[in-house]
Amino acid sequence: MSDEKKSGLDAVDEGPVPSDGSGPQAAGAPADKNDHPSVAALFERFGDAIRHHEVNAGDQHVVHIDPARNTEILGWLRDDPAHRYDLLADVTAVDYGGGQPLRVVYQLWSIPNRMGLRVKCLLPLDVLEIDSVVPLWNSANWLEREVYDLFGITFRGHPDLRRILMPHDYAEGHPLRKDFPLRGRFSRAEQTRRALNQDVDRFYIPAERALGREPQQVTFPSQTAPGPDEGSEGGA
Amino acid sequence: MAQKTIEYAVGRTPEMGPDGRPTPSPLEPFDIPEPELDSEHMLINIGPQHPATHGVLRLVCELDGETVLNVTPHIGFLHSSFEKLGEYRTWNQIVPLTDRMDYLAPLIYNCAYVMAVEKLLGIEVTERAKVVRVILMELDRIFGHLLWLGTTAIDVGAFTPFLYTFEDRERIYRLHEAYTGGRITTSATRVGGMMADLPENWIAQLEDFLDSFPRTLAEVHRLLTNNQILIGRTQGIGAISAEDAVNFGFTGPNLRASGVAYDVRKDNPYYDYETYDFEVPIGENGDCYDRYLVRMEEMEQSVAILRQAIARLPEGPINVEDPSVSLPSKTDCMSDMESMIHHFKLITEGIKGPPGDCYFPVEASKGELGMYLVSDGGPKPVRWRVRPPSFVNISVISELARGHLIADLIMINASLDIVLGEIDR
Repeated sequence: MSDEKKSGLDAVDEGPVPSDGSGPQAAGAPADKNDHPSVAALFERFGDAIRHHEVNAGDQHVVHIDPARNTEILGWLRDDPAHRYDLLADVTAVDYGGGQPLRVVYQLWSIPNRMGLRVKCLLPLDVLEIDSVVPLWNSANWLEREVYDLFGITFRGHPDLRRILMPHDYAEGHPLRKDFPLRGRFSRAEQTRRALNQDVDRFYIPAERALGREPQQVTFPSQTAPGPDEGSEGGA
Repeated sequence: MAQKTIEYAVGRTPEMGPDGRPTPSPLEPFDIPEPELDSEHMLINIGPQHPATHGVLRLVCELDGETVLNVTPHIGFLHSSFEKLGEYRTWNQIVPLTDRMDYLAPLIYNCAYVMAVEKLLGIEVTERAKVVRVILMELDRIFGHLLWLGTTAIDVGAFTPFLYTFEDRERIYRLHEAYTGGRITTSATRVGGMMADLPENWIAQLEDFLDSFPRTLAEVHRLLTNNQILIGRTQGIGAISAEDAVNFGFTGPNLRASGVAYDVRKDNPYYDYETYDFEVPIGENGDCYDRYLVRMEEMEQSVAILRQAIARLPEGPINVEDPSVSLPSKTDCMSDMESMIHHFKLITEGIKGPPGDCYFPVEASKGELGMYLVSDGGPKPVRWRVRPPSFVNISVISELARGHLIADLIMINASLDIVLGEIDR
């Protein structure tokens, strides 16, 4: 009778359970860099900056690159006439938990050449910083903001890096990290207290606040001092 | 009771022209000197609760007079952290989360999600399941476009198309209900197939819909396409060049209106879309009017795809016959020990697949919908990421609206066809 009875919500706060490794493992087909023209060209041109190459889900090529040179490599992939990955479909991140580095994932698609490539950068947990790719693709603007908001990765050179899905003054951390409990870090009471004490000024970003005027003092009739006509009833 | 004849102080009968139509008198330009006014920028907050934002979107606009200088969208009011929830659920348990994202075309989300899981786990679905999913996805493309059409017409002041489109949406709702039991929250797909085969007579009902729907579309065409008000409100408004549209990550009808013929169904085909005969409509100017025309044409193409899919719908099982993926039938569970064990193991343990990741793009009604799944070999995803098309499309609204009037901002927002459920997730 040693095991205490747990409610369903207790289990939720322990975080997602990693795999026990009993499922089927990867087929283990070695990735051949010559199967994908861009991967072969990347190895030839950037050499050591290309850390790893793998093929997932049958035919999807993934390259791991040096996070310090991400804008250089991604910029080359965008501009080189043989590759022209002009559509940055997605920027996201993956946290495997257990102190492993976070992975920033770029999904590239070349509209003229009709091929895709996935590029990953590994960021150790103590240096969660990477150069922004907004100068290359404007579509990265909101996608990087979302990664910053939900994972806490800072994008150097981003024009407007602030929270996007969570409130501006959210103080509980970055929700998609594995160490973040499903129901948040604060107690329900604290969350409610913060929600009720929100300052309307915080609904506007600093640039908007600077543009808006000073909030006007609104006085209600019940709070005003009685005028000379109303105040002289006492003698009647 | 005495009656009184009303006498108008001003003549109410306009002069008749030679063609028998009234001729409105031309407006005389006022000759008033431009007043010397101090210019001051103004901050206007629209939403989050505002009918013209098509959801709980909040736009803070900086205005100079009526001209928009800058728009800051604030999102996240519907944020439910579906992606975090997904990390606690097995592959099949995530399906109900997907249709709550794009509740205007839920079946596309249902299908896209399980297609990504099947790609990751290496499951090949049956031919019948493929064609059924194509039917459901094209039906919901019409479904999503019809809502966009009705609400956009209201934004330019035309109320009638809204009634026409919602009548046909109601018929699609009934088709949803007849198949899945739900009108919006369909949750129709399972890994390895569908939750059930199509009910009897469903295809006949769908054909009924396909017979009458082009007439509705033609009526809306007559009401809107050459409508002077619609043209005046949309042509040249919110235009974006092809190069910029790609750079800003536009996909779907918004991108094709700028003249880029990128359609995932053609460029990265799935489910034999390359064997269906359909065209990808593209625009030239990338303005609100072109986006309108592209979507109108897409609905007609979807009808064509639906007719071809119905014609080729094969007989046979709809679920893969692999006990580690598909649930056995209830009858088997009750009579056969082995089936019951499979049922028990599938429910308690879930489906396990190889470790790895998979990005699966699908052409949703609003653009490229990408499902990115990361697995560590367990029954639950390590990460489930949705690349929502509306999220990327709406981020461009400031660039599109800059320099236009605030009334045009409403039209630009409508023309992007957003749904806040998938933007906020």
